[in-house]
Amino acid sequence: MLCQNCGKKEATVHLTQVVNDEKVELHLCRECAEKKRFHTPFEGVPFPLAEFLASMLDQSLIEKPSKVSDKKCSTCGMRFSDFSKIGRLGCGNCYVTFRSQLNDLLRKIHGSSQHRGGVPFTPGDVMKPLREERKLQEELKKAIQEENFEKAAQLRDQIKALSNKK
Amino acid sequence: MFEDMAKRPAIWLSGEDSTSQIVLSSRIRLARNISNCPFPSEADTDSREKVLSFIKSAIDKSPTLSQGRFVKCTQLDDLDRSFLLERHLISLEFRQCRDSSALFIGEGEQVSIMINEEDHLRIQSLQSGLNIRAAYQIAAKIDEELAKSLEFAFDSNFGYLTSCPTNVGTGMRASVLIHLPGLALTKEIENVISQISKLGLAVRGFYGEGSDVLGALFQVSNQTTLGRSEEDITESLERVTQQIIEYEENARNRLFKDAKDQIEDKIFRAYGILKFARTLTSEEVLNLLSAIRLGIGEGIVKMVTLSQINEILAFSQPSHLQKYFNKRMEPGERDRIRAKLIRSKLAEGK
Repeated sequence: MLCQNCGKKEATVHLTQVVNDEKVELHLCRECAEKKRFHTPFEGVPFPLAEFLASMLDQSLIEKPSKVSDKKCSTCGMRFSDFSKIGRLGCGNCYVTFRSQLNDLLRKIHGSSQHRGGVPFTPGDVMKPLREERKLQEELKKAIQEENFEKAAQLRDQIKALSNKK
Repeated sequence: MFEDMAKRPAIWLSGEDSTSQIVLSSRIRLARNISNCPFPSEADTDSREKVLSFIKSAIDKSPTLSQGRFVKCTQLDDLDRSFLLERHLISLEFRQCRDSSALFIGEGEQVSIMINEEDHLRIQSLQSGLNIRAAYQIAAKIDEELAKSLEFAFDSNFGYLTSCPTNVGTGMRASVLIHLPGLALTKEIENVISQISKLGLAVRGFYGEGSDVLGALFQVSNQTTLGRSEEDITESLERVTQQIIEYEENARNRLFKDAKDQIEDKIFRAYGILKFARTLTSEEVLNLLSAIRLGIGEGIVKMVTLSQINEILAFSQPSHLQKYFNKRMEPGERDRIRAKLIRSKLAEGK
């Protein structure tokens, strides 16, 4: 098999990532893998984060070139192409502006693009329903671990009712 | 600044229980940003100052943070910054911080808050030994108290929003500082590191991201922050750490079975060098202490205690040494003074 990046040399580095049940495969030759720094994240060299992120982005741009447009964040003025160079976003609103591109990238970095952790106690507590849902999710997980399926079914219905209200 | 702190090692480095022999410390870091304010790297000075004053007043209102010291970056010279880095109170990145950045150090140094680093807030909680949950509980409490007066940037899909997408979601990095001389000597460490990395955890050197491995000390932390709950992340790090401890203990048992004489020789030579040498670099000290820590853990070194070792570990770092003597020193002079200090510390134990 030839390298997916240069298309010239034999691919010797094979990466497989399962992302939300979707298999992503990458086959590169040694030189391209080194260029993309995919092979040795643990050799004691400072981890070139921006480059690493950019290399992940390049792939997503290659995969879906038609969907990419260079949007600009209305709050801080950052463009997606700026982000792909520096690896950092400018403000919270960038996440809204670049939501679809970030969804792809986050799935590649974290294996998920859906937050399942804590929810802030904001003044006025507009986050209450989210926090409640999260608490029920944790209880559901526990009930399943304890094989208490009756309780699990109840919790599942409660969660469903909550998300319908949203 | 900080000469008072330099007279004693940090509390997180003073663990004496059995888990502290292998796991020196546990740490939680939460990244948070204030909603509707650009992240520090994109913000102008006005905006950064505004964020700083919001956060300062939120800290003043937090009961958990009622005791401590607040320092602005402009008050810190290079030596202060290196000292704080050695003390694990700031990050490599914070060392470069400009105006409008600040640091809060909680009483006992178990909590520190970096303001306007890569994110508006980096809340850090440190505990000695394997105590990830305790560290998390303290960080979560501070997070909750600060959220009463600050509105954090949050998205129901992406969670807590951070400057770098590798931190988004929980914004949480949980890590342990772990001493693995057995695995290093048996050369099994690389195998263990590659297994750890398959489990979504990262391995780094003594001072965290981008630092070298010294004295067989490794930092193990979660790599992903999105898609898993905080409890999931801390539990899995704890499970993996227990497993690494088991591997380390097995490696030590094999070493002492197959090469007892060589290992004992290595340990006692290390002690001899520390006790009598006239010049010592900080890297050499870290490696010698690693051997002695192993000897204490295995019960063959009795003339020096774990707390003495931890004290020497802290004070022999370049900036600690200069703060301890309240004097700027060139590397050559440091190596002499360091050897002298260690000789006197080891004599105290007798």
